[in-house]
Amino acid sequence: MTKKTFKLFDPALAVPAIGEAFRKLNPAVQWRNPVMFVVYAGSILTTLLALQALGGEGDAPAGFILAIAVWLWFTVLFANFAEALAEGRSKAQAASLRGLKREIWAKKLLEPHYGGKWQLVQGNDLRKGDVVVVEAGDIGQSVIPADGEVIEGVASVDESAITGESAPVIRESGGDFSAVTGGTRVLSDWIVLRVTANPGETFVDRMIAMVENAKRQKTPNEIALTILLVALTIVFLGVTVTLLPFSLFSVEVSGAGRPVSITVLVALLVCLIPTTIAGLLSAIGVAGMSRMMQANVIATSGRAVEAAGDVDVLLMDKTGTITLGNRQASAFLPAEGGDDAELADLAQLASLADETPEGRSIVVLAKQKFNLRERDIHALDAHFVHFSAQTRMSGVDLGDKQIRKGSADAIRRQVESLGGSFPASVSHRVDEVARRGSTPLVVAEGKRVLGVIELKDIVKGGIRERFAELRRMGIKTVMVTGDNRVTAAAIAAEAGVDDFLAEATPEAKLALIRQYQAEGRLVAMTGDGTNDAPALAQADVAVAMNTGTQAAKEAGNMVDLDSNPTKLIEVVETGKQMLMTRGSLTTFSIANDIAKYFAIIPAAFVGTYPQLAALNVMGLASPASAILSAVIFNALIIVFLIPLALKGVRYRPLGAATLLRRNLAVYGLGGILVPFAGIKLIDVFLAVTGLA
Amino acid sequence: MSTHAWLLLGAFLAVLLLAAKPLGLYIAYLMEGRLRIGRPLENVVYRLAGVRPDEEMGWLRYALAILLFNALGVLSVYALQRLQLALPFNPQQMLAVTPDSAFNTAVSFVTNTNWQGYGGESTLGYLVQMLGLTVQNFLSAATGIVVVIALIRGLARHSAATVGNAWVDLTRATLYLLLPLSFLIAIVLAGQGVIQNLDPYREVTTLEVTRYEAPRLDAAGQPLTDDKGAVLTEPAQTAVQTLAMGPVASQEAIKMLGTNGGGFFNANSAHPYENPTPLSNFVQMLAIFLIPAALCVSFGRMVGDGRQGWAVLAAMTLMFVVAAAAVMSFEQQGNPRLAALGVDQLGGPLQSGGNLEGKEARFGSADSALFAAVTTAASCGAVNAMHDSFTPLGGLVPLVNMQLGEVIFGGVGTGLYGMLVFAILAVFISGLMIGRTPEYLGKKIEAHEMKMSAIAILVTPLLVLLGTAIAVMSEAGRAGIANPGAHGFSEILYALTSAANNNGSAFAGLSANTPFYNVLLALAMWFGRFGVIVPVLAMAGALAAKKRLPAGAGTLPTHGPLFVTLLIGTVLLVGLLNYVPALALGPIVEHLVLWLGA
Repeated sequence: MTKKTFKLFDPALAVPAIGEAFRKLNPAVQWRNPVMFVVYAGSILTTLLALQALGGEGDAPAGFILAIAVWLWFTVLFANFAEALAEGRSKAQAASLRGLKREIWAKKLLEPHYGGKWQLVQGNDLRKGDVVVVEAGDIGQSVIPADGEVIEGVASVDESAITGESAPVIRESGGDFSAVTGGTRVLSDWIVLRVTANPGETFVDRMIAMVENAKRQKTPNEIALTILLVALTIVFLGVTVTLLPFSLFSVEVSGAGRPVSITVLVALLVCLIPTTIAGLLSAIGVAGMSRMMQANVIATSGRAVEAAGDVDVLLMDKTGTITLGNRQASAFLPAEGGDDAELADLAQLASLADETPEGRSIVVLAKQKFNLRERDIHALDAHFVHFSAQTRMSGVDLGDKQIRKGSADAIRRQVESLGGSFPASVSHRVDEVARRGSTPLVVAEGKRVLGVIELKDIVKGGIRERFAELRRMGIKTVMVTGDNRVTAAAIAAEAGVDDFLAEATPEAKLALIRQYQAEGRLVAMTGDGTNDAPALAQADVAVAMNTGTQAAKEAGNMVDLDSNPTKLIEVVETGKQMLMTRGSLTTFSIANDIAKYFAIIPAAFVGTYPQLAALNVMGLASPASAILSAVIFNALIIVFLIPLALKGVRYRPLGAATLLRRNLAVYGLGGILVPFAGIKLIDVFLAVTGLA
Repeated sequence: MSTHAWLLLGAFLAVLLLAAKPLGLYIAYLMEGRLRIGRPLENVVYRLAGVRPDEEMGWLRYALAILLFNALGVLSVYALQRLQLALPFNPQQMLAVTPDSAFNTAVSFVTNTNWQGYGGESTLGYLVQMLGLTVQNFLSAATGIVVVIALIRGLARHSAATVGNAWVDLTRATLYLLLPLSFLIAIVLAGQGVIQNLDPYREVTTLEVTRYEAPRLDAAGQPLTDDKGAVLTEPAQTAVQTLAMGPVASQEAIKMLGTNGGGFFNANSAHPYENPTPLSNFVQMLAIFLIPAALCVSFGRMVGDGRQGWAVLAAMTLMFVVAAAAVMSFEQQGNPRLAALGVDQLGGPLQSGGNLEGKEARFGSADSALFAAVTTAASCGAVNAMHDSFTPLGGLVPLVNMQLGEVIFGGVGTGLYGMLVFAILAVFISGLMIGRTPEYLGKKIEAHEMKMSAIAILVTPLLVLLGTAIAVMSEAGRAGIANPGAHGFSEILYALTSAANNNGSAFAGLSANTPFYNVLLALAMWFGRFGVIVPVLAMAGALAAKKRLPAGAGTLPTHGPLFVTLLIGTVLLVGLLNYVPALALGPIVEHLVLWLGA
């Protein structure tokens, strides 16, 4: 997915949205939004009244009814436009995804291993369980034909089509980097993969479906809000309907004026019901999902996004999330009386053939600290001893020199078996390093123990600040790691997480999540490994890393395409923004009613009771202009608030009370005051131009 | 407002708030079933009624029990009125009440409205007063209490399927809360001079001959009118006055304490035998607010956070102070038309001053105005002055008090559950505004709760507005209006508002004892009461089943000044917006006409 952002009223989106706004006048579409349907019905009614008045027999001057009818239609159209605009943005994003689904040819293997016979098939014909091979230089730019799991081989893969990230990533069989996504490209080497999704169920299909369905699936809070809005509409319907008898009665007893016209009642009804929020409601939801996509997060439903706004506890894997994936050598600590340069020299020799990130980091550190160059391993006549699970050591044999590095226990056994002894100073060093949260690696030559290499977990830059932000949002962060308690505590302190779970097994993770849930907390979990899948499935909000395994992705209800674990902050913010925007506009909408009453009530009844002119606090020019101004304000405010609906009310991690006070001041107090000014301005404009 | 008025209001609130805490804690203790000393007596009742006291009920069973209990109440009060001539304790030989009036009165007393289309001393015998009305005064109050207790349990419990046992709750509230307190208050009132006897009415010869204008009646006994519709009168005189008697003190106490408000006499608490002194007046006002205020404290205790209760109580108190101060100052202002005639309406040592039409001289304008604010803020409906004669804005405030849904203290139980519905609405909107699924006391507010709150909040305004519309449109409805113009509209609006919100006070003026009004208002009362109780209980059931979430940094605190402000804002905005047009055509126009001239 290209990270395309649109300007708010980008003509490419706004122009089609105008057409769409008219198409949405279909009653079947309007019916889905009960509040706007009332406006729609009011528009039709006033139009008929206007036609009747033009025929010479109206309940108010024809020009007035016509003006009201026109602005009621505008109200409906503006709401349609807002929805169409939000959908347009989403559709544009979906379209760029759909580009990925062009025709792809796949080399389907008849036997599930590399080098076997294959036949060329259509990507769409692949089914779950099929095995295909993808090689660099294949036809069609080596596009991976379907979501799958690598079962053989290693390749660098360009995932920019999905993530927008241009740096290629390594995909290999086994482990946590085995999942590949259809639509991405193999850049070098080859992989054999087993297809894990049928056509129509792939990742890209799900993304497109999510974008296109965003407006249809209402989230729980949206449903609850709709109930409230409908209830308010029913009450106001009662208010306006009964106003006619009240008016008839008042005219009769006062013997003055005329009963209020149907047109004015419809105008009052439309002004009172919460059209502002109702007109923008679905746009807010669609825009929220759109924002998630811009943050490169795919959610399986709006429900999941909304739930993210409520998260109390965030569980994160240490490795790859809080710390960089690999430990790095950070110090050479020689045994008592030893020389650190010698230690570094031997440590480097022992690591030259060690291709693990740790091994490489030792070579790098030796070069940085003691300027030891990498030696040509072939010239040394060296015999490398690779790490094995039995010995738990690795190293090199140089002639009769046996250099080994490994865990303290393993080296102790090795040294003692050769008749040497493990110096107390080294034991001391080992404990010290472990307490710091680092991993000690002991180096020995023969039976002589030289010292300790400190392998440090590197906490990601800036992560402390991110956790502080989560804390301000009211979210507790918990680090989950397989390390021992001492190491875990040290890293937890350095990273600034609130709590940690050490020596975690998949069962322990699951138990921890259940425990938090039993306390009534909403738990979010980010993870990437297969062993995270049960925990992800149990968590309320589960963000799987795109780099993670297929199992993890299936278990999560969101996938982060950037594989950035602190992305949850954006997810939470988006979830909260969707709610805040709805809540703020609801408050604004209801608060607006006060000013509208001051405009319409005196205007509607001043003929019956001239004293009611005292309530015309805005000094509106005439009853007709007052009512028309209120209706115009009610329509225009929808347009003015479209940017807010699409961008969302900004979330700040301030604490509930402060945030509420701020939003109440802006949308509550603002909602009371703004329409007074707005209606007055429109009235002045109408009076000056002589339109009413 | 005069110094006297401020002192009165201050003393009233001080005593009320002091008494609320111990009583509230006692109610919580009682309703949680911890009053062991009361068990033996309770068990006798349970055994007689065949109730298994340990059995808990789900919300639906609870609601059905309440509905059944109240329907039986309507039947029994109806039957008592219709059969009173055949029953004992009827020294005046009162005739059977007409079916429509009996129906209206039965519904009225069962729903805790206590709207009185009839005149007590001229319609009902002592047995009906005692066995019908007084009993319902207790039971309707108990109904309100148990419904709010069920709602509180819904908030306090978690992952529970039940909300309590309706029969046990009703028994406890009646036996150990309402009865002892009423007894105490009855004694105090009797000490002030409220009568308590079963004697026939007394005829006394007055010192002076009273001359008055009596309506001229035709052969059928109907008043004659001239061609403009005004009643024709003729001079009359009398030297004999009939003094109505009865068991008043015992009914008076629960009339106030249970926020019932149905007077023994037609003149209600303006009658010297019901409310003889300023002190009895003070006690009566206190009795009205006592349980509604105390229940807030019980609520805090039962949900395990006292501050929650105080926040609700603070919101109620603040709104009440504004309302009371408004009525008191509008009434003290007097009438500009009288001022134009040179009438001295200023308060001083010799007179209370202000607008005294329809008020008792022994109470003056301040005590009458405060009483009006209290009785309408709570859904009591007892009156010690004629609200019809208040200044337009002085009459608007009681109207608004009721239209807000009777949540400023409100009726016993009903006030608190109404307020909690508003609180749920307030946290819903504010929860959205801070970007969290709204929760109240750790309970998530979701679609089902919104649906129930919406119904609870919709029912009364619709009843009031549609009822008023029907009344002003029909001949039968207009026939009852006493005053022309906007005031006539106010009278009808007031009657429907009072009935649908189960207040029961009357603007007087309106002649409502007609089949039309008796039936219309009875329907408004019944649906205004149970149209709210059922959704409230449904909500209680749903809340009880939910988990209780612990409060965190992201949770909106519901006990600080911010929440109190929010709650008040919600009550005003949601409660009042529905009535603005109606109020504009009634009291507001009257006010403008009175002060700005026609």
